[in-house]
Amino acid sequence: MASKKFEPTNPAVKWVEDRLPIMNLVYGTLGAGYDAPRNLNYWWNFGSLAGFMLVVQILTGVILAMHYTPHVDMAFNSVEHIMRDVNYGHILRYVHANGASMFFVIVYIHILRGFYFGSYKSPREILWFLGIIIFLIMMATGFMGYVLPWGQMSFWGAKVITNLFSVFDDLLGTDGAIVRLLWGGFAVDNPTLNRFYSLHFLLPFVLAGVVILHIWALHIPGSTNPLGIDAKGPQDKLPFHPYYSAKDLFGLGVFIMIFGAFVFYVPNILGHPDNYIMANPMSTPAHIVPEWYYLPFYAILRSVESKLFGVLAMFGSILILFALPWLDVSKVRSLRFRPLSRFFFWIFVVNGIFLGWLGQASLEMEVFMGLTVFDFGQISTAYYFAYFLVILPWVSRKETPLPLPTSIAQHILDKNAPKEEV
Amino acid sequence: MTAKVQDNNQDEEVTRRNFIYVATGAVGAVGAIQVVWPLVDQMNPSADVLAVSSLEVDLSAIVEGQTSKFLFRGSPVFVRHRTADEIARAEKEDNDDLKDPEKDSDRVQKKQWLVMSGVCTHLGCIPLDQQGDFGGWFCPCHGSHYDISGRIRKGPAPTNLPVPKYVFLNDNTIKIG
Repeated sequence: MASKKFEPTNPAVKWVEDRLPIMNLVYGTLGAGYDAPRNLNYWWNFGSLAGFMLVVQILTGVILAMHYTPHVDMAFNSVEHIMRDVNYGHILRYVHANGASMFFVIVYIHILRGFYFGSYKSPREILWFLGIIIFLIMMATGFMGYVLPWGQMSFWGAKVITNLFSVFDDLLGTDGAIVRLLWGGFAVDNPTLNRFYSLHFLLPFVLAGVVILHIWALHIPGSTNPLGIDAKGPQDKLPFHPYYSAKDLFGLGVFIMIFGAFVFYVPNILGHPDNYIMANPMSTPAHIVPEWYYLPFYAILRSVESKLFGVLAMFGSILILFALPWLDVSKVRSLRFRPLSRFFFWIFVVNGIFLGWLGQASLEMEVFMGLTVFDFGQISTAYYFAYFLVILPWVSRKETPLPLPTSIAQHILDKNAPKEEV
Repeated sequence: MTAKVQDNNQDEEVTRRNFIYVATGAVGAVGAIQVVWPLVDQMNPSADVLAVSSLEVDLSAIVEGQTSKFLFRGSPVFVRHRTADEIARAEKEDNDDLKDPEKDSDRVQKKQWLVMSGVCTHLGCIPLDQQGDFGGWFCPCHGSHYDISGRIRKGPAPTNLPVPKYVFLNDNTIKIG
């Protein structure tokens, strides 16, 4: 989507623009130069919210790094030092810790927006891939960040997750060499903490780089829209600024209120109390759970009673997203016009939330009619994969979509037309 | 047309320039590997980590029916003083349907002393002592059950709890590592 060119009137700005057209870049991506479809709803707010959270995390993270000590003997106490002694330290840490949760909520909604409105379909496949890469980097960054306070959950979470890679040792017969390489020792210890700290600092900037690629790829075809049909001419579009900058800003205001409610009223509700106990390599907490945003994937891991296939299923559950543009063969992007697909999509969402619940429950616990958490985990995992491998390919071939509107503008005119009086 | 024919001729003939291309590429590739290797290998355990290598355990303090845990290379090692009853059970279960078949006699040097890693072979948690369906160890993280010989019997763990290298210095002392 070609954007309009920035034409500065101020001679000083023009002087700079002639040498480095950076204002034009911003103008064309986030300014009045970018024409977006005129029918974007609030589900399109989550991209800019995610960008906002990345900035918040980098800002608070860099500050926390000034007060934190990455050493097994001192890390835990340095976090307590931040909480008790550093001016505004407790707020900065709570913003950072809850910020990670908020970032994931936003990104999950953003991904599901993509599912629902077919944002992964041609010609936006690369845009979709970049999004999955961002998600993977986020997961790695979030995991390593959770290790840094060196509490019990930090330590045992690190141990369990790094041990996932021992399946490759089992496969290659390398007798733990890969896991020792990751740890820098014979167990999760000081070298592990140090490298996690280094990478936790680095990865957000890599993430920011991929975000720039993501936005670049977005601006080639431009945004999708709730109808899923291409915006054809100026009658279908609106300049991003002021229309969507204002709309996004309103959404941001609402979001900050929710974020603030967590930070100021229930800052620990999304964390685990055991992480306020210092890491102890001699004692595993009775009940290990990862951060809530990994729970669905953790549930998939636990549902397979084979170490190798459990780990493969867990990684596969995310990597399968790369194939999504080819698993769903329907030409119609938006599920508004695909009732059957929409039905299975909402089951997928509910199933995903249920997997999250299963991920934190005890495996032996009975849920319903004698079936345990483990049994339901298997059923839910089966649906998760069936949605991608069976349901989508099949339904997208068989389903007859509802008639599509001829254009975005026409759809809006039809919707707003006065009802004829009899 | 003529130009294309000439191109084809050039492709077939190995020139001095082709040789330089391949040679430069080969030297570059070897050089790149030499640069990458230190960048990867620095992640492996360092010399001081490797130097912490052995641990002596006084067995006289462990009474019959008790398991003691010792920290060895950052992970726990279990030392259990088994009862006669437990030894009999471990040997009897040699013939059971084992996921990772191993005889109890291959896992111990002296029958009453079971020395093994206290790290679950699934994902690295510490199994709980004297729990689970087989009267041995039970890992609370993902539900692996081990028997009184530390063999995996049920759950996601793929192998038995490994036995580290150790020697009896005398009847009451072992040296692990």
